[in-house]
Amino acid sequence: MTTIQSPQAADIALEEVPMVRRFEWLSVLGRSCQSTRGMVGLGLTFLVLAVAFLGPLFAPEKPNKVGVVGAFAGPSSNAIFGGDALGRDVLSRVLSGGWQIIVLATLATALGVVVGAIAGVAAAYLGGWLDNLIMRVVDVVLAFPQLVFALLLISVAGNQLWLLVVAVGTSHAPQVARVIRAAALDVTERDYVKAVAITGVSPVRVMLREVLPNLTTPLMVESGLRMSFSIIVMAGLAFLGFGFQPPDANWGYMINENRIGAAINPLAILVPAMLLAIFAIGVNTFADAVTRSALRVDRTVRASITADAGSPALAVVLPAEDQAMPSKETKTL
Amino acid sequence: MLLQRVPLGIVTIWIVTMIVFAATQLLPGNAALAVLGKNATPERLAALEKQMGLDQSPVAQYWHWFSGLLQGDPGRSLVNQQTISSLTGPQVLNSAALVVTAGILGTLIGVAVGLVAAVLRDSPLDHALAATALAILSLPEFVIAIFVTVLFSTNVFHWFPAVSALPPGARPWDHVSMLVLPTIVLVIVIAPYVFRMMRAATVEALESEYGEMAGLKGLTKRQVLLRHALPNAVAPTVQAIGLNLLYLAGGIVVVESVYNYPGVGQALYQAILNKDVPTIQFLVTLLAAFYVIVNIITDVLALMATPRRRLQR
Repeated sequence: MTTIQSPQAADIALEEVPMVRRFEWLSVLGRSCQSTRGMVGLGLTFLVLAVAFLGPLFAPEKPNKVGVVGAFAGPSSNAIFGGDALGRDVLSRVLSGGWQIIVLATLATALGVVVGAIAGVAAAYLGGWLDNLIMRVVDVVLAFPQLVFALLLISVAGNQLWLLVVAVGTSHAPQVARVIRAAALDVTERDYVKAVAITGVSPVRVMLREVLPNLTTPLMVESGLRMSFSIIVMAGLAFLGFGFQPPDANWGYMINENRIGAAINPLAILVPAMLLAIFAIGVNTFADAVTRSALRVDRTVRASITADAGSPALAVVLPAEDQAMPSKETKTL
Repeated sequence: MLLQRVPLGIVTIWIVTMIVFAATQLLPGNAALAVLGKNATPERLAALEKQMGLDQSPVAQYWHWFSGLLQGDPGRSLVNQQTISSLTGPQVLNSAALVVTAGILGTLIGVAVGLVAAVLRDSPLDHALAATALAILSLPEFVIAIFVTVLFSTNVFHWFPAVSALPPGARPWDHVSMLVLPTIVLVIVIAPYVFRMMRAATVEALESEYGEMAGLKGLTKRQVLLRHALPNAVAPTVQAIGLNLLYLAGGIVVVESVYNYPGVGQALYQAILNKDVPTIQFLVTLLAAFYVIVNIITDVLALMATPRRRLQR
């Protein structure tokens, strides 16, 4: 049930197996959606997504309108979450201040995964000096703490949205590259990849058509993990005042601007904090479910995990998961 | 191993200084303009540029800065013209007090809870702890900080100050109550990593063949745990602690900002708001160097704690 073992089996299997078996990552995704863990994660994530993206349509007041109620006014019938530092309606600001962090985190994750995957596959498949060079670049970028790296770039070019995406994406890429390189090394050793390469197909084509499709599962797992980190970094940057244009509302910055009034109207900080927390927990829980279901079926994921100690979440899942699994499956790998 | 890692680490730090310098050189407007502000006349600007060495080539400027750095003189802050080393000294101390305290407490708690969870594996308590750890690991630090503050300072209990702005010149241990909340937050951030590593490694050792063998020989559970499981859990846990310290290098920027705690992270944030280039250069280099050094130390320690890998070489 795991990976297809022999070429003959592959020929037969391709005719008979349904879509989800041919596209392993689909079955991994499907399985994780069916697990309790996955359903909880997905449910929490969509709950917050709905608030963040549909919310702006339902805001009762203009989110930037000052003095709707008194500063840090408590909850009342015309402002159910009360007022913020400037007497703006907290509910309206909560409804309209969620989407930036989510969009920026998603874009940064996508950029980091794409760049990291290209670098990782190239390093693994082409090897030699290119491999060395890429891995040294990875070491250097890894030397910057993610948030500090983003702050450095902001200090250079100012508070620009594309810059935040580039900064956070770039700081993700090395981790992705490490993981994907390890997984790709496993794939490039397989006979059919070598066979295709011998027929004179260009390396770029081999990487795109033969190696990359085998890495969809580890890529998916890695994307989930990176998304969790992206949310943490983007939310942190938003808290510090980057990644949106003040006076627009933003969950991260709302907490910053209203924390002096915590004793008077705690809802002004607790509501955005809860939403951020629910979203972050939802995404991470779903990512965890995907990782667990991928570990059961995909040997490239295992290869990448055992080779990568730098990815804390993955490294932690593995030993526990090894024990939980029937030994039969472990041995075939 | 050590012979290989140390030179590589030094080269990495050196490249980091070049990147930091090159990046900050791209800043729109130059440092002299930032010092003089709006009332800069061309003559004064030229004079100050010359004084600050801004009329030299980028390579010469880099060399000037880098050689100063090596001699322990990272230059002067643009904001108040004090030397950066005199400003940063107390900040490093403040941050170190926070990170070391939280690091030790977080590690001890993580190890203890991890052992309990491993011994009671698959019990309801174990599952509850695992879910809690996963939840905490997903949270941005300032969200944790807000919950902690609301709970222990502003709303539920009024035990500790919500702001940890140490008065200038004060040592962190002069105002212990101010350290409490930021320390709690960092402990909450750290402990789950250590907990997960510790639990996983201990479970692995307990369920391994030699662990089982030790039990069959008639050793008590406690003996198996202490003599066989614990030594095997050291290496992964050391790695978890290292990862934590790395994580803290970025995390303190946010946590110190939440509590206005006068440490390195807060200083970096202020420097960025003020576009104080020399200070930014120095603090980013400092954090990156810390990152690289911790990385090397943990790798070496983890290697020393793993007999298998030590013998392989």
